[in-house]
Amino acid sequence: MVGGVSLAILDQLTKFFASVRLTVVVLLSLAVTSIIGTVIPQNEAPADYVRAFGPRGYRLLDALDLVDMYHAWWFQLLLLLLVINIVVCSVERLRTAWPIIFTREPRYRLDRFQKSAIQAEFKSDANPDAVRQTAQAVLARGFKRLLVRPVEGGVEAVYAERWRLSRLGVYIVHLSVVLLVAGGMIGGLLGFEGYVNIPEGEATDRVILRDGSAERQLPFAIRCNDFSLSVYPNGAPKEYRSSISLLRDGQVIREKEIIVNDPLRHEGINIFQSSYGKLPPPMPAEGAGPPERLTVHVMSSQSGRTYHQEGAIGDQLDLPEELGTLRLDAYRPDSEFMGQPLGPAVEATLTHPGQAPIKLTLPLRFPAFDKMRRGAVAIAVASAIQMPERYYTGLQVTRDPGVGVVYVAFAVMIIGCLVAFFMSHQQVCVAIRPRRSGTAVVIYGVTNRNKMAMQRRVELLARRMTAAGGRPTRA
Amino acid sequence: MTSSLLLSVTTFIYGLAAVFYIAGWVFRRPVAARLGTWSVWVAVAGNFAGFVLRWVESYQMGFGHAPLSNLYESLVFFAWTIGVSHLVIQYRYRNGVIGAFTLPLAFLAMAYASLSPHVSDRIQPLIPALKSNWLIAHVITCFIGYAAFAVGFGLSIMYLLDKIAASTDGRGGERRIGDVVVLQFFLVGLGLILFKFILGWSFGAGLGAAVLLAAVVDLGAWSLGRQRRVRDELFSRFPEPSLMDLLTHQTVMFGFVFLSAGIITGSIWANSAWGRYWGWDPKETWSLITWFVYATLLHARLMRGWQGRRIAYLSILGFVAVLFTYFGVNLLPGLHSYGAMGEQLH
Ligand code: HEM
Repeated sequence: MVGGVSLAILDQLTKFFASVRLTVVVLLSLAVTSIIGTVIPQNEAPADYVRAFGPRGYRLLDALDLVDMYHAWWFQLLLLLLVINIVVCSVERLRTAWPIIFTREPRYRLDRFQKSAIQAEFKSDANPDAVRQTAQAVLARGFKRLLVRPVEGGVEAVYAERWRLSRLGVYIVHLSVVLLVAGGMIGGLLGFEGYVNIPEGEATDRVILRDGSAERQLPFAIRCNDFSLSVYPNGAPKEYRSSISLLRDGQVIREKEIIVNDPLRHEGINIFQSSYGKLPPPMPAEGAGPPERLTVHVMSSQSGRTYHQEGAIGDQLDLPEELGTLRLDAYRPDSEFMGQPLGPAVEATLTHPGQAPIKLTLPLRFPAFDKMRRGAVAIAVASAIQMPERYYTGLQVTRDPGVGVVYVAFAVMIIGCLVAFFMSHQQVCVAIRPRRSGTAVVIYGVTNRNKMAMQRRVELLARRMTAAGGRPTRA
Repeated sequence: MTSSLLLSVTTFIYGLAAVFYIAGWVFRRPVAARLGTWSVWVAVAGNFAGFVLRWVESYQMGFGHAPLSNLYESLVFFAWTIGVSHLVIQYRYRNGVIGAFTLPLAFLAMAYASLSPHVSDRIQPLIPALKSNWLIAHVITCFIGYAAFAVGFGLSIMYLLDKIAASTDGRGGERRIGDVVVLQFFLVGLGLILFKFILGWSFGAGLGAAVLLAAVVDLGAWSLGRQRRVRDELFSRFPEPSLMDLLTHQTVMFGFVFLSAGIITGSIWANSAWGRYWGWDPKETWSLITWFVYATLLHARLMRGWQGRRIAYLSILGFVAVLFTYFGVNLLPGLHSYGAMGEQLH
């Protein structure tokens, strides 16, 4: 009794999960809910949400998981429901379809064919035997499982079929959806997605994970040997290229130049060129000696233009726009201004024509310092020994053991769709009826889908048979 | 002659073809229908020549690449796939009336590319992320899919029109208010695309003009459609409703394969460029939404009662999702790091 009840419940459950109505509901729900995440930006910093939606709005979004909705439990539940739906439905249908698909004896019965609306007929002058041979010859091209069977009244039927296995197409597509979800889960559980910025010449074996600020240790260190950037004449970027070495115990185990769309893959870990940046220029160290040469930037307040000159301590420079002279008097490793340390600076004397000389302090680290004087010129000095520009390369570092499964799913899905949509299980029956003179022929077609294509196929067969009928047929 | 000029001329030939097809349908003039067919052939040829010429020009500029790299180029390709799909259907099913509903879409795509102030027709070198053969496969498959959906959309609009006419004549079921409402949305949407996006008017002015246009079309349709004779003439040359339904299903199946292939090649490209095959960014998500809608359509046909009209609704909804995937995503808030590039891409 109890067993009967639970069986009934199981039966109900199976029916529920096997129903196409559920499929339509779940697919539409997925479509509609997916919109939310495209309207509300995902995975931004909480402060951004608070600014956009207010603190209360943010709390609501957060409670409903709408700031990371594609990983929210309710969205994952919808996906799970889809998968259960597909599996139950496909298993149920396969159970009934299996015997039809894998039968040894196709269901060839004339009355079943005669019910079909798909037919073509013609008359032939040849005798029934010759017509039968023609039919067999024509059907042998493309069709399989030919069978000739006498029916009552002297009628003979030639049966044949093709593409029986195409009935499996839908199940192949459904399998691919399950594989896709499985591959995504494998990647989500076992993989990671991180990034790291590495200055040229430096190495690291830690990356920052995308979700949160946790770090992850890699089994090797990545060294950026060199980063280069090339641009088109119009200034648009042409190529980002990083020369990368992988190191283990100080030994180089792998080297490659990576560019966008050509990553380095090693031991299941993928390294992608993702961004780049310039490092700030290094500052002169505290207590370093005076730089041998100095660049002097002179900005004229009147014209707004900036001029560049070079000199050394002790030099006297003529300023542009007839603004007078500037003498570079001395270098001080740690100067100060009103009790504030300014670091290394150059002391200089500025003499405008016809005016008294002014004493200036020009700190190397603060190029805007002299602007505060609001004089006729603003002067900044820097070490003229150009440090080469240094870049860092921004790398995306990922590991996704599910990618293989996902790619297989991709291939399976396309193959399955092609089979499901463009092939059908086609069965034909050529009924050959002797007449007083010659023969009457009807070709019937039966198919599981795309009746129009089947009708055309039947008409084509009829044309081929009439064309072949005139000539002596080969067996 | 430059490719841009050639393609601008092609735009007008598409427009001409659309007008001929509509005239051929409304006034039953075989001459107009024949002129329409010729102009489609010319437009498709010109479109193709423009595509090839642009490819050649990019090589002459020293950074050759297939012209499938920005909005302008994708629109040009989209129009071409619509034109070719139309020709295939016309010759295969021996019915040209469909052109009155699909060729305006090809014209709008080309007009948007050539006329809109927001779409630049400059040939530009490829930025690093776009240098991938997967990208070319991605764009081609997506747009073949979109073209198939566009044809399915045109067929669905025809189906609903036919339903309204049939219910007026009392030959095909009751009138459904839904059909009329869907057609109004279609008309206003079409007007909005024309005024707001192609001619660059403000949203308010565009919407106003679109509503006005819809009202004019409605009035014309109503006064024409009141006469039984006109009604008979207009709809006698439509394909049978069952054929329109079947063709909608077939174009959707065809589109579904190519959309799937488009999403797949896009994923593979993303994986080789950025190390992830799926990132839920708005563009990706909207293509998936579109895919869900059409998957719904394919399955809804298996349920009793979900033939004809409701399939037409779903096919129209699917095409709205296509348009949003294509254009609308750029209007969404929040800039993904590749958002700006997305604008160039698809
Ligand atoms: C995203 C998920 C799915 C995809 C991509 C998908 C894909 C397909 C495709 C391409 C077809 C062939 C359509 C046609 O013949 O016109 C099909 C048919 C079918 N699908 Fe799905 N499907 C999905 C989910 C489901 C689910 C959850 C069910 C569960 C009930 C289901 C049940 C069926 C059935 C019953 C058929 C018809 C089989 C037949 O013709 O014998 N599908 N599906």
